[in-house]
Parts: sequence; structure tokens; C-alpha cells
Amino acid sequence: MTKEEQKLKLQEQFPSAIFDDAGQWLAINVAVADWLTTAQTLRAAGFDYLFCLTCVDYKTHLTMVYHMESTSERTPLVVKVQLDRNKPEIETVSHIWRTAEFHEREVYELFGVNFLNHPDLRLLILPDGWEGRNPLRKDFEDPVNMIKL
Amino acid sequence: MYHQVEIVKESVQTEPNVFDDMVINVGPQHPATHGVLHLVITLNGETIKKVEPHLGYIHRSIEKMCESLSFRQFIYVTSKMDYLSSHINNHGCCLCVEQGLQIEVPQKAQVIRVLMDELTRIASHVLWWGAMAMDVGALTPFFLSFREREMINDIMEETCGTRLTMNYMVPGGVMTDVHPNFVNRVNEFIRHFKSKIDEYDELVTNNVIFQNRTKGVGVLSKEDAVSFGVTGPAARGSGVSCDIRKLYPYEVYQQLNFEEVIETAGDSFARYVVRLKELRQSMHIIEQLIDNIPEGDFQAKTKAVLKLPKGEFYSRVETARGEFGVYIVSEGGTTPYRIKFRSPGFSNLSVLDHIARGGKIGDLVAMMGTLDLVIPDIDR
Repeated sequence: MTKEEQKLKLQEQFPSAIFDDAGQWLAINVAVADWLTTAQTLRAAGFDYLFCLTCVDYKTHLTMVYHMESTSERTPLVVKVQLDRNKPEIETVSHIWRTAEFHEREVYELFGVNFLNHPDLRLLILPDGWEGRNPLRKDFEDPVNMIKL
Repeated sequence: MYHQVEIVKESVQTEPNVFDDMVINVGPQHPATHGVLHLVITLNGETIKKVEPHLGYIHRSIEKMCESLSFRQFIYVTSKMDYLSSHINNHGCCLCVEQGLQIEVPQKAQVIRVLMDELTRIASHVLWWGAMAMDVGALTPFFLSFREREMINDIMEETCGTRLTMNYMVPGGVMTDVHPNFVNRVNEFIRHFKSKIDEYDELVTNNVIFQNRTKGVGVLSKEDAVSFGVTGPAARGSGVSCDIRKLYPYEVYQQLNFEEVIETAGDSFARYVVRLKELRQSMHIIEQLIDNIPEGDFQAKTKAVLKLPKGEFYSRVETARGEFGVYIVSEGGTTPYRIKFRSPGFSNLSVLDHIARGGKIGDLVAMMGTLDLVIPDIDR
């Protein structure tokens, strides 16, 4: 399936989403309130493999980035959800794609995004008792270990 | 409607509860974890009720580090993630930078890259074979595997200068031309390894003790493998077609004749068999290329300071452990704004709890062994 065909198909299903086909793969921007239903619709439409889940700190807001594809058609799709940087909250998708459970825990501690209804939202990489500061945010600076060139 | 997986967080009761639950720690320093991985295991008698990985003992925050390194420099850090697939990690990063700058890589460099990738894959699988056999109690294979791996390390040392973290690939090609001895030594290795790989089968694959230890252990279904994002030989043992070299061919893989190895049993033994068959496929790929390295440049001309245009770039390669993804967000500067490494080990580890539940504690090393976890790859 080409990018254009994919776009036409998805436009019918998600009329409110904003499409961006400038990049390598088709990207859609979804409002945070629509994310859970979008994820469920996409999973039902065959997107069964979530191969990358991450977050980007744009200083004014955080953006969750989900890369997914269908194992039968292999046309990757990027879904982006913009979050409020001061109170980032989004519904978990760990019950839809099980791989999200670990990836969301990683994003939770490194970016401070709160995943609602996540089954086990605890620190994964950071040591126990780590509080507040989220290392991958742009304003985080470690005075001891930071590499600056 | 798709099949929604029910998440069972608490006890999977397989036996009447005659014992109290016991919690034991495996690691962070434990020979079977091959690195600093800490597993907290809840047991009922000998039956595993829960496996909880605790990570971060070797976390170096490579993603944050890369944000202050240039597009040439950050590639070298990635050698230290999956140190057994360092060529392939470098390769993925180079592909991503080349995609952003639209650099055409010379044919010769492409062939050298693929050769190096496949040699790395053999070295990684061979080491895994020895370590896996050692985990389940056979010590001899470990020494045999190092014999073969040593030959590859020598080849690497001659051409790249180092034996483990090679840092040989640069955006636009490879750092230097291959050593004049390279072709001969690789041919010699292939000749040597062809006679030895049958020995591997005789010694371990056909060994009834080994088969009893691994058959039916840690069964992973196809649906779960996809849902958990398991890739590489671990997923191909469950019948998932996920070889990036076949699905999204990069460099010269499209012109090569090789098979994607798929087994359907989904247990530890199937994952073992996939890797052994992949060794033969990698040898087959090397044989097609080694005597046909084209003439020409080994590196495309690039600017001294690389600036990726504003945008997002993603590249995918197949390491010895599965799909490695590089996601670069560029704001048009000389350093990446954000980098995410999608490491295969992280997703493969997440399935451990799922396949271990209900199994015996003695089988845990057989399950972990065939997932082929490399801890720096998980922690990054």
C-alpha cells in the first residue's frame, strides 16, 4: 500500500485527525482526548505491531510519537499526540499493544508523562527514590555527568 | 474485533498453594544474566509466578548524550549498546544520517558494510551458542565457540583496528578500505567454519539432554510475539516473519540470495534452531559477496560538518537480536535534537515475564538464554 492509499483509507476513519505526508511515512496528529479510541480503531484495522514508542520534548510541549505497522501489509504509520508540558497525561495503550507497557514505563520516568490506567507504572531504569527530575527533558542538567561539547 | 489480551498481574495458580510465595533475586551480578540484569522472581515451590526485571545498572543515558554530539560523533557511542552487534548499530545510525542528507553510498562501501554485518552476526550467534549451552550445563561448547569467534575478531582487528567496538562505519561509507588480507582471511574462516558448524549440531542440537531442557520450554505464541514487539530470531522461532533485511532491504540485501529462517514451535528449542540456521544463511551471504567486492570508492564525499535538514528520520536494520531502529528528530542544527534508539533487547526482555509464568525456576535460564539478552542494549 502506498502512502496516498493509506492516507485516503485513514481519512475516512479519522476525519478529525491532521495528516502530514511530508516525511518518510504517513503521520497523523491526534488530540489527546481521542488517543485511546484512535488506538483501538487502528489496532482493529490491523496495526498489530507497535515498533517504537517515544516522546520528544519541544520545550513548549511534549509530543508522544507512536510508530506502528501491520505485520501483513507493512506500511508504517506514525501517530503523534501533543501533551501539555506541565501536566502531561495520556491514556495507556499497554492493553492494546503489550510492548507499550515497558516503553511507557521508560517514558514515564525519563519524561514524566503520566500514563492513565497503566497496570504497573513504576520506575524501571532510574534508581528507587528518584523524584521529580526527568532526565530526557531539555531543561534537565546533571552537573556531574553531563557531556557538553 | 481483535483479540484483546487480558493482563493478569497477580498469581497464575498452577499448583495448589502448599508453600508460601518465595521471592528470590537473580542478579544483578549473576553468571546466567550475562551482564548486570536484576530479576526479582516470585516462586510458588518451583513454579514461577512472576518475573520482574529491574534495569538501569548499566544505563548510560546514551540518548541524552547523543543530543550534545555531532552527527558524526554519535555513531560511535552506539557501538557500546549492543556490543556484539556494534557494526550493525553503527550501520543503522549511518543509514539514518544518510537518509537525511540524501547521500548515495558507493557500491563498494555497501558490499563491505554487508560483509561486516554478516561477520558480526556470525560472531554474535556463535558466542550466544556457547553461552546458551553453558547456561543449561554444557561447558565444552563455550570453548569451541570462542575458537571461531577469535578468527572473526582477528579479521576485524586487521581491518577496523579494534576487536569489539569497531566504529568502522561513517556517514557515506566506511572509514578505510579493507585490509589486503581481508578476502583471504574471510575465505579461510568460511572454509573452517563450514566444517565446524556440523560439529555444533552433533554436539548440542542433536543432544537429547539439551533437547529435553529446551523443547516445550518458554512457549511464545505468534500473536504474543507481535504484541510484545519481540523481533529477531526470538520472534522467528514463533513463526513471525520479521527480518528487516527481507522486509525493508537496505544496501545490497535485495540482490542477495538468502532465506529468512522461520520456525513455528515457539519454544526455546525453536529459537535455538533459528539461530543455528541463520549462521548458515550468513555464511551463504558472505560467500556471494566476498570474491565480488567491486572496485571504487569506499566512502562518498561528505562535508566535514554534517547538518541534517529539519525533520524526522527513522531507519531500521536487523541486528543479531532483532530490529534496531534509529529515530532522529532534527531541528536543522549540527547535533540531533532528539534521538531514540529502538533496541531489540528492551522489547525482547519485556516478554520474559509472560513466557516464564507457570514454568519452573530451573528452566528460566533456558528461556532467558534463547531470548539472547545483551544488557547494555536493554539499558542504553
